[in-house]
Amino acid sequence: MSTPYLKIDHVDKSFRRGAATTEVLKDINLVIDKGEFVSIIGHSGCGKSTLLNIIAGLTPVSAGAVLLENKEVNDPGPERAVVFQNHSLLPWLTVYDNVALAVNKVFGRSKPRAERHDWIMHNLDLVQMGHARDKRPAEISGGMKQRVGIARGLAMEPKILLLDEPFGALDALTRAHLQDSVMQIHAALGNTMIMITHDVDEAVLLSDRIVMMTNGPSARIGEVLDVRLERPRRRLDLVSDRTYIAAREAVLKFLYERHRFVEAA
Amino acid sequence: MSVTTVEDIERSSEMGQAVLKNATDAKVVALPAAKAEVVSLSPALAKPLAQRVMSWFTPVLQNLVPPLVTVALILLFWQIAASGPQSSLPPPTKIWEEARDLITEPFYWAGTQDIGLGWRILVSLQRVAIGFGLAAVVGVLVGALIGQSVWAMRGLDPVFQILRTVPPLAWLPLSLAAFRDSQPSAIFVIFITAIWPVIINTAVGIRNIPQDYRNVAQVLRLNQIEFFFKIMVPSAAPYIFTGLRIGVGLSWLAIVAAEMLTGGVGIGFFIWDAWNSSRLSDIIVALVYIGVVGFILDRLVAAIGAIVTRGTAVN
Repeated sequence: MSTPYLKIDHVDKSFRRGAATTEVLKDINLVIDKGEFVSIIGHSGCGKSTLLNIIAGLTPVSAGAVLLENKEVNDPGPERAVVFQNHSLLPWLTVYDNVALAVNKVFGRSKPRAERHDWIMHNLDLVQMGHARDKRPAEISGGMKQRVGIARGLAMEPKILLLDEPFGALDALTRAHLQDSVMQIHAALGNTMIMITHDVDEAVLLSDRIVMMTNGPSARIGEVLDVRLERPRRRLDLVSDRTYIAAREAVLKFLYERHRFVEAA
Repeated sequence: MSVTTVEDIERSSEMGQAVLKNATDAKVVALPAAKAEVVSLSPALAKPLAQRVMSWFTPVLQNLVPPLVTVALILLFWQIAASGPQSSLPPPTKIWEEARDLITEPFYWAGTQDIGLGWRILVSLQRVAIGFGLAAVVGVLVGALIGQSVWAMRGLDPVFQILRTVPPLAWLPLSLAAFRDSQPSAIFVIFITAIWPVIINTAVGIRNIPQDYRNVAQVLRLNQIEFFFKIMVPSAAPYIFTGLRIGVGLSWLAIVAAEMLTGGVGIGFFIWDAWNSSRLSDIIVALVYIGVVGFILDRLVAAIGAIVTRGTAVN
Protein backbone atom coordinates (compact mmCIF):
# COMPACT_ATOMS: atom_id res chain seq x y z
CA MET A 1 0.00 0.00 0.00
CA SER A 2 1.43 3.35 -1.00
CA THR A 3 1.65 6.13 1.55
CA PRO A 4 -1.43 8.35 1.54
CA TYR A 5 -1.11 12.00 0.46
CA LEU A 6 -2.93 13.47 3.42
CA LYS A 7 -3.80 11.33 6.39
CA ILE A 8 -5.88 12.47 9.31
CA ASP A 9 -5.14 9.83 11.91
CA HIS A 10 -7.30 9.40 15.01
CA VAL A 11 -7.60 13.11 15.64
CA ASP A 12 -9.34 14.29 18.82
CA LYS A 13 -9.80 17.91 19.71
CA SER A 14 -11.06 19.31 22.97
CA PHE A 15 -11.07 22.88 24.17
CA ARG A 16 -10.44 23.60 27.80
CA ARG A 17 -11.94 26.61 29.45
CA GLY A 18 -11.06 26.73 33.11
CA ALA A 19 -12.18 23.44 34.59
CA ALA A 20 -14.66 22.67 31.83
CA THR A 21 -13.49 20.66 28.86
CA THR A 22 -15.50 20.54 25.65
CA GLU A 23 -14.77 17.72 23.27
CA VAL A 24 -15.30 19.03 19.77
CA LEU A 25 -13.94 16.32 17.51
CA LYS A 26 -13.69 12.63 18.32
CA ASP A 27 -11.62 10.04 16.51
CA ILE A 28 -11.48 11.60 13.05
CA ASN A 29 -9.89 9.36 10.42
CA LEU A 30 -9.63 10.40 6.82
CA VAL A 31 -7.31 9.72 3.93
CA ILE A 32 -7.22 12.09 0.99
CA ASP A 33 -5.47 11.38 -2.29
CA LYS A 34 -3.55 13.81 -4.41
CA GLY A 35 -5.77 15.83 -6.72
CA GLU A 36 -8.93 14.96 -4.86
CA PHE A 37 -11.64 17.48 -4.12
CA VAL A 38 -13.18 16.70 -0.75
CA SER A 39 -16.02 18.60 0.92
CA ILE A 40 -16.72 18.49 4.60
CA ILE A 41 -20.35 19.15 5.38
CA GLY A 42 -22.24 19.33 8.66
CA HIS A 43 -24.49 21.52 10.72
CA SER A 44 -23.04 24.66 12.21
CA GLY A 45 -21.12 24.06 15.40
CA CYS A 46 -20.17 20.52 14.46
CA GLY A 47 -16.50 21.39 14.39
CA LYS A 48 -15.89 21.32 10.66
CA SER A 49 -14.02 24.62 10.78
CA THR A 50 -11.98 23.27 13.68
CA LEU A 51 -11.06 20.28 11.54
CA LEU A 52 -9.96 22.57 8.72
CA ASN A 53 -7.91 24.66 11.14
CA ILE A 54 -6.26 21.50 12.41
CA ILE A 55 -5.28 20.52 8.86
CA ALA A 56 -4.04 24.07 8.31
CA GLY A 57 -2.01 23.83 11.50
CA LEU A 58 -3.70 26.88 13.01
CA THR A 59 -5.21 24.76 15.81
CA PRO A 60 -3.19 22.06 17.55
CA VAL A 61 -4.67 18.58 17.94
CA SER A 62 -5.45 17.13 21.37
CA ALA A 63 -4.66 13.61 20.25
CA GLY A 64 -3.80 11.91 16.99
CA ALA A 65 -1.96 13.47 14.07
CA VAL A 66 -2.29 14.98 10.62
CA LEU A 67 0.27 13.67 8.15
CA LEU A 68 0.95 15.35 4.81
CA GLU A 69 3.13 13.15 2.62
CA ASN A 70 4.08 11.26 5.75
CA LYS A 71 5.27 14.38 7.58
CA GLU A 72 3.42 15.49 10.65
CA VAL A 73 1.66 18.84 10.46
CA ASN A 74 2.33 20.92 13.57
CA ASP A 75 2.18 24.52 12.46
CA PRO A 76 0.68 26.58 9.64
CA GLY A 77 2.58 26.87 6.42
CA PRO A 78 2.12 27.96 2.80
CA GLU A 79 2.03 24.37 1.53
CA ARG A 80 -1.43 24.24 3.14
CA ALA A 81 -2.85 27.55 1.93
CA VAL A 82 -6.18 28.65 3.39
CA VAL A 83 -8.94 30.60 1.66
CA PHE A 84 -10.70 32.14 4.60
CA GLN A 85 -14.43 32.49 4.96
CA ASN A 86 -14.31 36.28 5.15
CA HIS A 87 -11.53 36.59 2.53
CA SER A 88 -9.07 38.05 5.09
CA LEU A 89 -7.46 40.38 2.59
CA LEU A 90 -5.36 43.10 4.16
CA PRO A 91 -7.34 46.28 3.59
CA TRP A 92 -4.32 48.57 3.37
CA LEU A 93 -2.85 46.64 0.45
CA THR A 94 -4.05 46.63 -3.14
CA VAL A 95 -5.31 43.43 -4.74
CA TYR A 96 -1.91 42.99 -6.38
CA ASP A 97 0.00 43.63 -3.15
CA ASN A 98 -2.16 41.19 -1.21
CA VAL A 99 -1.15 38.42 -3.59
CA ALA A 100 2.39 39.78 -3.79
CA LEU A 101 2.77 39.51 -0.01
CA ALA A 102 2.22 35.77 -0.29
CA VAL A 103 4.25 35.29 -3.47
CA ASN A 104 7.22 37.31 -2.21
CA LYS A 105 7.25 35.40 1.05
CA VAL A 106 6.99 31.97 -0.53
CA PHE A 107 9.09 32.49 -3.67
CA GLY A 108 11.23 35.46 -2.57
CA ARG A 109 14.39 33.39 -2.79
CA SER A 110 13.58 30.93 -5.53
CA LYS A 111 12.19 33.23 -8.22
CA PRO A 112 13.56 36.51 -9.60
CA ARG A 113 11.43 39.63 -9.35
CA ALA A 114 10.11 39.59 -12.93
CA GLU A 115 9.07 35.97 -12.62
CA ARG A 116 7.26 36.68 -9.36
CA HIS A 117 5.39 39.54 -11.02
CA ASP A 118 4.32 37.25 -13.86
CA TRP A 119 3.24 34.63 -11.35
CA ILE A 120 1.13 37.16 -9.40
CA MET A 121 -0.56 38.37 -12.58
CA HIS A 122 -1.02 34.79 -13.78
CA ASN A 123 -2.91 33.92 -10.60
CA LEU A 124 -4.98 37.09 -10.68
CA ASP A 125 -5.91 36.36 -14.30
CA LEU A 126 -6.80 32.81 -13.32
CA VAL A 127 -9.59 34.17 -11.12
CA GLN A 128 -10.37 36.96 -13.62
CA MET A 129 -9.16 39.68 -11.29
CA GLY A 130 -6.20 40.98 -13.30
CA HIS A 131 -8.17 44.09 -14.19
CA ALA A 132 -8.55 45.10 -10.54
CA ARG A 133 -4.90 44.76 -9.53
CA ASP A 134 -4.62 48.32 -8.24
CA LYS A 135 -7.88 48.40 -6.30
CA ARG A 136 -8.07 48.05 -2.57
CA PRO A 137 -10.30 45.38 -1.01
CA ALA A 138 -12.80 48.01 0.13
CA GLU A 139 -13.33 49.06 -3.49
CA ILE A 140 -14.34 45.64 -4.85
CA SER A 141 -17.37 43.43 -4.28
CA GLY A 142 -17.57 40.46 -1.90
CA GLY A 143 -17.28 37.94 -4.72
CA MET A 144 -14.25 39.72 -6.13
CA LYS A 145 -12.60 39.75 -2.71
CA GLN A 146 -13.10 36.02 -2.44
CA ARG A 147 -11.61 35.59 -5.93
CA VAL A 148 -8.53 37.46 -4.79
CA GLY A 149 -8.44 35.29 -1.66
CA ILE A 150 -8.44 32.22 -3.89
CA ALA A 151 -5.73 33.74 -6.08
CA ARG A 152 -3.62 34.37 -2.99
CA GLY A 153 -4.09 30.77 -1.90
CA LEU A 154 -3.28 29.35 -5.34
CA ALA A 155 -0.26 31.63 -5.72
CA MET A 156 1.44 29.89 -2.80
CA GLU A 157 1.44 26.72 -4.94
CA PRO A 158 0.10 24.73 -2.01
CA LYS A 159 0.10 20.96 -1.75
CA ILE A 160 -3.42 21.34 -0.41
CA LEU A 161 -5.77 24.28 -0.77
CA LEU A 162 -8.10 24.57 2.20
CA LEU A 163 -11.33 26.47 1.61
CA ASP A 164 -13.26 27.49 4.72
CA GLU A 165 -16.86 28.13 3.61
CA PRO A 166 -15.42 30.26 0.82
CA PHE A 167 -18.77 31.22 -0.69
CA GLY A 168 -20.83 31.37 2.48
CA ALA A 169 -21.17 35.13 2.54
CA LEU A 170 -22.01 35.52 -1.15
CA ASP A 171 -25.31 35.79 -2.98
CA ALA A 172 -26.50 32.80 -5.00
CA LEU A 173 -25.51 34.10 -8.43
CA THR A 174 -22.04 35.18 -7.40
CA ARG A 175 -21.64 31.88 -5.60
CA ALA A 176 -22.47 29.91 -8.74
CA HIS A 177 -19.92 31.91 -10.73
CA LEU A 178 -17.23 31.25 -8.18
CA GLN A 179 -18.09 27.57 -7.94
CA ASP A 180 -17.62 27.31 -11.70
CA SER A 181 -14.30 29.13 -11.41
CA VAL A 182 -13.11 26.76 -8.70
CA MET A 183 -14.14 23.76 -10.81
CA GLN A 184 -12.22 25.11 -13.79
CA ILE A 185 -9.15 25.77 -11.66
CA HIS A 186 -9.34 22.33 -10.13
CA ALA A 187 -9.64 20.76 -13.56
CA ALA A 188 -6.76 22.80 -14.97
CA LEU A 189 -4.30 22.56 -12.09
CA GLY A 190 -5.33 19.31 -10.43
CA ASN A 191 -4.90 20.75 -6.94
CA THR A 192 -5.89 18.82 -3.90
CA MET A 193 -8.66 20.80 -2.28
CA ILE A 194 -10.61 20.46 0.93
CA MET A 195 -13.68 22.64 1.27
CA ILE A 196 -15.87 23.28 4.27
CA THR A 197 -19.47 24.00 3.31
CA HIS A 198 -23.01 23.83 4.57
CA ASP A 199 -24.49 23.93 1.10
CA VAL A 200 -25.55 20.48 -0.16
CA ASP A 201 -25.68 21.42 -3.84
CA GLU A 202 -22.29 23.01 -3.66
CA ALA A 203 -20.82 19.92 -2.03
CA VAL A 204 -22.27 17.53 -4.62
CA LEU A 205 -21.39 19.74 -7.56
CA LEU A 206 -17.76 20.25 -6.65
CA SER A 207 -16.63 17.18 -4.75
CA ASP A 208 -15.17 13.79 -5.49
CA ARG A 209 -16.08 12.80 -1.97
CA ILE A 210 -18.31 14.35 0.64
CA VAL A 211 -17.41 13.89 4.29
CA MET A 212 -20.52 14.22 6.45
CA MET A 213 -20.04 15.07 10.07
CA THR A 214 -22.34 14.25 12.95
CA ASN A 215 -23.47 16.94 15.34
CA GLY A 216 -21.19 18.08 18.13
CA PRO A 217 -20.10 17.88 20.83
CA SER A 218 -17.72 15.02 20.08
CA ALA A 219 -18.48 15.17 16.38
CA ARG A 220 -17.36 12.26 14.28
CA ILE A 221 -17.30 11.49 10.60
CA GLY A 222 -20.75 10.02 10.03
CA GLU A 223 -20.46 8.94 6.42
CA VAL A 224 -18.27 9.49 3.43
CA LEU A 225 -20.07 9.68 0.11
CA ASP A 226 -18.37 9.05 -3.23
CA VAL A 227 -19.78 11.34 -5.88
CA ARG A 228 -19.32 9.36 -9.09
CA LEU A 229 -20.07 12.11 -11.54
CA GLU A 230 -18.06 12.63 -14.70
CA ARG A 231 -15.95 15.73 -14.95
CA PRO A 232 -16.20 18.34 -16.32
CA ARG A 233 -19.54 18.84 -14.61
CA ARG A 234 -22.04 21.34 -15.86
CA ARG A 235 -24.53 22.79 -13.49
CA LEU A 236 -27.44 22.61 -15.90
CA ASP A 237 -26.80 19.05 -17.06
CA LEU A 238 -26.73 17.83 -13.49
CA VAL A 239 -30.15 19.13 -12.52
CA SER A 240 -31.81 15.98 -13.86
CA ASP A 241 -28.86 13.64 -13.53
CA ARG A 242 -29.71 10.51 -11.52
CA THR A 243 -26.36 10.18 -9.78
CA TYR A 244 -26.52 13.83 -8.83
CA ILE A 245 -30.02 13.54 -7.45
CA ALA A 246 -29.13 10.38 -5.55
CA ALA A 247 -26.04 11.95 -4.04
CA ARG A 248 -27.97 15.04 -3.10
CA GLU A 249 -30.65 12.94 -1.49
CA ALA A 250 -28.10 10.92 0.47
CA VAL A 251 -26.54 14.06 1.93
CA LEU A 252 -29.90 15.66 2.69
CA LYS A 253 -31.13 12.50 4.39
CA PHE A 254 -27.98 12.32 6.46
CA LEU A 255 -28.27 15.95 7.55
CA TYR A 256 -32.01 16.22 8.10
CA GLU A 257 -33.16 12.73 8.95
CA ARG A 258 -30.46 10.94 10.88
CA HIS A 259 -28.51 13.87 12.25
CA ARG A 260 -31.03 16.63 12.56
CA PHE A 261 -29.64 19.79 14.03
CA VAL A 262 -30.93 20.02 17.58
CA GLU A 263 -31.07 23.60 18.68
CA ALA A 264 -29.57 23.96 22.11
CA ALA A 265 -32.37 24.89 24.47
CA MET B 1 -64.64 30.79 8.17
CA SER B 2 -65.82 30.49 4.63
CA VAL B 3 -66.33 27.10 3.09
CA THR B 4 -64.99 26.81 -0.38
CA THR B 5 -67.32 24.77 -2.49
CA VAL B 6 -66.57 22.95 -5.66
CA GLU B 7 -68.58 25.55 -7.50
CA ASP B 8 -66.37 28.28 -6.21
CA ILE B 9 -63.30 26.52 -7.43
CA GLU B 10 -64.85 25.97 -10.83
CA ARG B 11 -65.84 29.57 -11.08
CA SER B 12 -62.46 30.81 -10.11
CA SER B 13 -60.77 28.50 -12.59
CA GLU B 14 -63.10 29.78 -15.28
CA MET B 15 -62.18 33.27 -14.40
CA GLY B 16 -58.54 32.32 -14.54
CA GLN B 17 -59.03 30.88 -18.00
CA ALA B 18 -60.85 33.96 -19.09
CA VAL B 19 -57.98 36.05 -17.96
CA LEU B 20 -55.59 33.81 -19.76
CA LYS B 21 -57.65 34.00 -22.92
CA ASN B 22 -57.67 37.71 -22.75
CA ALA B 23 -53.97 37.64 -22.23
CA THR B 24 -53.40 35.56 -25.36
CA ASP B 25 -55.71 37.82 -27.35
CA ALA B 26 -53.77 40.83 -26.34
CA LYS B 27 -51.89 42.33 -29.21
CA VAL B 28 -48.39 43.33 -28.79
CA VAL B 29 -48.48 47.02 -29.23
CA ALA B 30 -45.20 48.41 -30.20
CA LEU B 31 -44.51 51.40 -28.11
CA PRO B 32 -43.52 54.34 -30.21
CA ALA B 33 -39.85 54.65 -29.70
CA ALA B 34 -39.52 57.69 -27.56
CA LYS B 35 -37.37 60.14 -29.31
CA ALA B 36 -35.04 61.11 -26.61
CA GLU B 37 -34.21 64.70 -26.85
CA VAL B 38 -30.56 65.24 -26.55
CA VAL B 39 -30.17 68.04 -24.14
CA SER B 40 -26.79 69.51 -24.63
CA LEU B 41 -25.35 70.41 -21.32
CA SER B 42 -23.91 73.81 -21.41
CA PRO B 43 -20.25 73.44 -20.69
CA ALA B 44 -19.15 74.61 -17.30
CA LEU B 45 -17.26 77.49 -18.80
CA ALA B 46 -20.45 78.93 -20.20
CA LYS B 47 -21.78 79.61 -16.72
CA PRO B 48 -21.69 83.19 -15.75
CA LEU B 49 -18.54 84.06 -13.92
CA ALA B 50 -20.38 85.30 -10.85
CA GLN B 51 -22.16 81.96 -10.49
CA ARG B 52 -18.94 79.99 -10.68
CA VAL B 53 -17.26 82.16 -8.11
CA MET B 54 -20.27 81.82 -5.83
CA SER B 55 -20.39 78.01 -6.06
CA TRP B 56 -16.78 77.89 -4.98
CA PHE B 57 -17.21 80.67 -2.46
CA THR B 58 -20.36 79.59 -0.63
CA PRO B 59 -18.89 76.65 1.30
CA VAL B 60 -15.87 78.74 2.24
CA LEU B 61 -18.18 81.45 3.51
CA GLN B 62 -20.32 78.93 5.36
CA ASN B 63 -17.30 77.63 7.22
CA LEU B 64 -15.52 80.90 7.73
CA VAL B 65 -18.25 83.31 8.72
CA PRO B 66 -19.50 81.62 11.95
CA PRO B 67 -16.09 81.49 13.67
CA LEU B 68 -15.32 85.03 12.54
CA VAL B 69 -18.60 86.25 14.01
CA THR B 70 -17.84 84.42 17.25
CA VAL B 71 -14.38 85.97 17.49
CA ALA B 72 -15.80 89.41 16.78
CA LEU B 73 -18.42 88.98 19.52
CA ILE B 74 -15.80 87.80 22.03
CA LEU B 75 -13.59 90.77 21.20
CA LEU B 76 -16.53 93.13 21.54
CA PHE B 77 -17.59 91.69 24.87
CA TRP B 78 -14.02 91.75 26.09
CA GLN B 79 -13.61 95.35 24.98
CA ILE B 80 -16.70 96.38 26.93
CA ALA B 81 -15.81 94.32 30.00
CA ALA B 82 -12.20 95.45 30.22
CA SER B 83 -12.73 99.13 29.39
CA GLY B 84 -13.66 100.32 32.86
CA PRO B 85 -11.14 102.32 34.89
CA GLN B 86 -11.06 99.56 37.54
CA SER B 87 -10.27 96.84 35.02
CA SER B 88 -7.18 94.78 35.79
CA LEU B 89 -6.84 93.28 32.29
CA PRO B 90 -6.20 95.24 29.07
CA PRO B 91 -8.94 95.45 26.41
CA PRO B 92 -8.17 94.41 22.79
CA THR B 93 -7.54 97.98 21.67
CA LYS B 94 -4.90 98.46 24.32
CA ILE B 95 -3.25 95.15 23.39
CA TRP B 96 -3.08 96.30 19.79
CA GLU B 97 -1.41 99.56 20.89
CA GLU B 98 1.07 97.95 23.25
CA ALA B 99 1.99 94.73 21.51
CA ARG B 100 1.58 95.67 17.86
CA ASP B 101 5.14 94.76 16.96
CA LEU B 102 4.66 91.26 18.40
CA ILE B 103 1.56 90.70 16.31
CA THR B 104 2.73 92.16 13.03
CA GLU B 105 6.36 91.09 13.09
CA PRO B 106 6.72 87.54 14.40
CA PHE B 107 10.19 87.11 12.93
CA TYR B 108 12.17 90.21 13.92
CA TRP B 109 15.57 89.73 15.48
CA ALA B 110 17.10 92.46 17.64
CA GLY B 111 19.50 90.69 19.97
CA THR B 112 19.45 87.36 21.77
CA GLN B 113 16.60 88.17 24.15
CA ASP B 114 14.67 90.63 21.97
CA ILE B 115 13.30 88.40 19.24
CA GLY B 116 9.91 87.90 17.59
CA LEU B 117 7.36 85.40 18.90
CA GLY B 118 7.74 83.33 15.73
CA TRP B 119 11.35 82.57 16.62
CA ARG B 120 10.41 81.69 20.18
CA ILE B 121 7.69 79.35 18.95
CA LEU B 122 10.21 77.69 16.62
CA VAL B 123 12.58 77.08 19.53
CA SER B 124 9.76 75.52 21.55
CA LEU B 125 8.67 73.48 18.52
CA GLN B 126 12.18 72.15 18.13
CA ARG B 127 12.10 70.85 21.70
CA VAL B 128 8.69 69.33 21.11
CA ALA B 129 9.91 67.74 17.89
CA ILE B 130 12.78 65.97 19.65
CA GLY B 131 10.82 64.96 22.75
CA PHE B 132 7.70 63.93 20.88
CA GLY B 133 9.68 62.16 18.15
CA LEU B 134 11.42 60.03 20.76
CA ALA B 135 8.13 59.39 22.54
CA ALA B 136 6.52 58.26 19.26
CA VAL B 137 9.27 55.76 18.42
CA VAL B 138 9.70 54.37 21.93
CA GLY B 139 5.93 54.47 22.58
CA VAL B 140 5.07 52.42 19.48
CA LEU B 141 7.75 49.82 20.26
CA VAL B 142 6.78 49.48 23.93
CA GLY B 143 3.09 49.51 23.00
CA ALA B 144 3.72 46.73 20.47
CA LEU B 145 5.44 44.69 23.17
CA ILE B 146 2.58 45.16 25.60
CA GLY B 147 0.00 44.45 22.92
CA GLN B 148 1.72 41.25 21.79
CA SER B 149 2.79 39.71 25.04
CA VAL B 150 0.38 38.94 27.84
CA TRP B 151 3.19 38.84 30.37
CA ALA B 152 4.62 42.17 29.29
CA MET B 153 1.14 43.63 29.66
CA ARG B 154 0.60 42.15 33.11
CA GLY B 155 4.00 43.39 34.26
CA LEU B 156 4.11 46.82 32.69
CA ASP B 157 0.53 47.98 32.38
CA PRO B 158 -0.14 48.67 36.11
CA VAL B 159 3.13 50.59 36.38
CA PHE B 160 2.28 52.65 33.31
CA GLN B 161 -1.23 53.32 34.52
CA ILE B 162 0.21 54.88 37.68
CA LEU B 163 3.05 56.74 36.00
CA ARG B 164 0.82 58.30 33.37
CA THR B 165 -1.17 60.18 36.00
CA VAL B 166 1.93 62.02 37.23
CA PRO B 167 1.66 65.64 36.01
CA PRO B 168 4.37 66.63 33.52
CA LEU B 169 5.93 69.28 35.73
CA ALA B 170 6.36 66.87 38.62
CA TRP B 171 9.01 65.15 36.50
CA LEU B 172 10.98 68.37 36.04
CA PRO B 173 12.96 68.49 39.32
CA LEU B 174 14.00 64.86 38.85
CA SER B 175 15.05 65.37 35.28
CA LEU B 176 16.95 68.57 36.19
CA ALA B 177 18.79 66.56 38.83
CA ALA B 178 19.52 63.78 36.35
CA PHE B 179 20.54 65.84 33.32
CA ARG B 180 21.96 68.94 35.14
CA ASP B 181 20.90 71.10 32.20
CA SER B 182 17.63 72.78 31.29
CA GLN B 183 17.54 71.83 27.59
CA PRO B 184 17.53 68.01 27.94
CA SER B 185 15.30 68.34 31.01
CA ALA B 186 12.62 70.13 29.04
CA ILE B 187 12.87 67.54 26.26
CA PHE B 188 12.59 64.74 28.82
CA VAL B 189 9.42 66.30 30.25
CA ILE B 190 7.91 66.36 26.75
CA PHE B 191 8.95 62.78 26.19
CA ILE B 192 7.51 61.49 29.45
CA THR B 193 4.27 63.42 28.91
CA ALA B 194 3.65 62.30 25.36
CA ILE B 195 4.67 58.67 25.64
CA TRP B 196 1.77 57.28 27.69
CA PRO B 197 -1.09 57.79 25.26
CA VAL B 198 1.14 56.48 22.46
CA ILE B 199 1.97 53.31 24.42
CA ILE B 200 -1.57 52.66 25.57
CA ASN B 201 -3.23 53.29 22.20
CA THR B 202 -0.65 51.24 20.33
CA ALA B 203 -1.17 48.35 22.74
CA VAL B 204 -4.94 48.50 22.30
CA GLY B 205 -4.55 48.70 18.52
CA ILE B 206 -2.32 45.65 18.47
CA ARG B 207 -4.57 43.67 20.77
CA ASN B 208 -7.39 44.46 18.32
CA ILE B 209 -5.63 43.08 15.24
CA PRO B 210 -8.25 40.68 13.81
CA GLN B 211 -7.43 37.00 14.21
CA ASP B 212 -7.84 36.68 10.44
CA TYR B 213 -4.77 38.82 9.81
CA ARG B 214 -2.82 36.79 12.35
CA ASN B 215 -3.92 33.60 10.59
CA VAL B 216 -2.78 34.98 7.25
CA ALA B 217 0.58 35.83 8.79
CA GLN B 218 0.84 32.34 10.28
CA VAL B 219 -0.02 30.58 7.04
CA LEU B 220 2.59 32.70 5.25
CA ARG B 221 5.05 32.05 8.08
CA LEU B 222 5.92 35.74 8.43
CA ASN B 223 8.71 36.23 10.96
CA GLN B 224 8.50 38.72 13.83
CA ILE B 225 10.01 41.63 11.90
CA GLU B 226 7.86 41.03 8.82
CA PHE B 227 4.80 40.69 11.04
CA PHE B 228 5.62 43.98 12.78
CA PHE B 229 5.97 46.00 9.59
CA LYS B 230 3.50 44.23 7.31
CA ILE B 231 0.61 43.42 9.64
CA MET B 232 0.99 45.04 13.05
CA VAL B 233 1.83 48.63 12.20
CA PRO B 234 -0.64 49.05 9.29
CA SER B 235 -3.41 47.31 11.18
CA ALA B 236 -2.89 49.29 14.39
CA ALA B 237 -2.16 52.56 12.54
CA PRO B 238 -5.54 54.20 13.30
CA TYR B 239 -5.04 53.54 17.01
CA ILE B 240 -1.40 54.60 16.90
CA PHE B 241 -2.32 57.89 15.30
CA THR B 242 -5.00 58.55 17.89
CA GLY B 243 -2.30 58.12 20.51
CA LEU B 244 0.12 60.34 18.62
CA ARG B 245 -2.51 63.04 18.30
CA ILE B 246 -3.25 63.04 22.02
CA GLY B 247 0.49 62.92 22.65
CA VAL B 248 1.32 65.94 20.51
CA GLY B 249 -1.39 67.95 22.27
CA LEU B 250 -0.05 67.01 25.67
CA SER B 251 3.54 67.84 24.69
CA TRP B 252 2.49 71.29 23.57
CA LEU B 253 0.75 71.76 26.93
CA ALA B 254 3.84 70.58 28.78
CA ILE B 255 6.46 72.59 26.88
CA VAL B 256 4.98 75.92 27.90
CA ALA B 257 4.94 74.94 31.57
CA ALA B 258 8.41 73.40 31.43
CA GLU B 259 9.91 76.46 29.75
CA MET B 260 8.44 78.77 32.35
CA LEU B 261 10.60 76.98 34.90
CA THR B 262 13.71 76.18 32.88
CA GLY B 263 14.09 79.55 31.17
CA GLY B 264 15.86 80.01 27.85
CA VAL B 265 14.32 81.29 24.65
CA GLY B 266 11.01 79.41 24.28
CA ILE B 267 7.49 80.76 24.26
CA GLY B 268 6.88 79.56 27.84
CA PHE B 269 9.76 81.57 29.20
CA PHE B 270 8.55 84.60 27.24
CA ILE B 271 5.24 84.48 29.11
CA TRP B 272 6.98 84.16 32.46
CA ASP B 273 9.34 87.03 31.59
CA ALA B 274 6.41 89.21 30.46
CA TRP B 275 4.60 88.50 33.71
CA ASN B 276 7.66 89.52 35.72
CA SER B 277 7.75 92.84 33.91
CA SER B 278 3.93 93.23 33.95
CA ARG B 279 3.50 93.19 30.15
CA LEU B 280 0.00 91.70 30.19
CA SER B 281 -0.65 92.55 26.55
CA ASP B 282 2.38 90.50 25.47
CA ILE B 283 1.13 87.54 27.46
CA ILE B 284 -2.24 87.63 25.75
CA VAL B 285 -0.65 87.78 22.29
CA ALA B 286 1.58 84.84 23.25
CA LEU B 287 -1.47 82.85 24.35
CA VAL B 288 -3.05 83.33 20.94
CA TYR B 289 0.17 82.17 19.27
CA ILE B 290 0.28 79.07 21.47
CA GLY B 291 -3.33 78.24 20.74
CA VAL B 292 -2.94 78.61 16.99
CA VAL B 293 0.26 76.56 16.88
CA GLY B 294 -1.29 73.83 19.07
CA PHE B 295 -4.26 73.69 16.72
CA ILE B 296 -1.98 73.40 13.69
CA LEU B 297 0.08 70.63 15.36
CA ASP B 298 -3.06 68.66 16.11
CA ARG B 299 -4.36 69.01 12.56
CA LEU B 300 -0.98 68.15 11.13
CA VAL B 301 -0.77 64.83 12.99
CA ALA B 302 -4.41 64.09 12.13
CA ALA B 303 -3.71 64.80 8.45
CA ILE B 304 -0.65 62.54 8.39
CA GLY B 305 -2.73 59.88 10.11
CA ALA B 306 -5.49 60.21 7.54
CA ILE B 307 -2.98 59.71 4.72
CA VAL B 308 -1.17 56.79 6.35
CA THR B 309 -4.28 54.90 7.46
CA ARG B 310 -6.02 55.35 4.13
CA GLY B 311 -7.85 52.10 3.46
CA THR B 312 -7.27 50.63 6.90
CA ALA B 313 -10.06 52.50 8.60
CA VAL B 314 -12.62 51.34 6.05
CA ASN B 315 -12.85 47.74 7.19
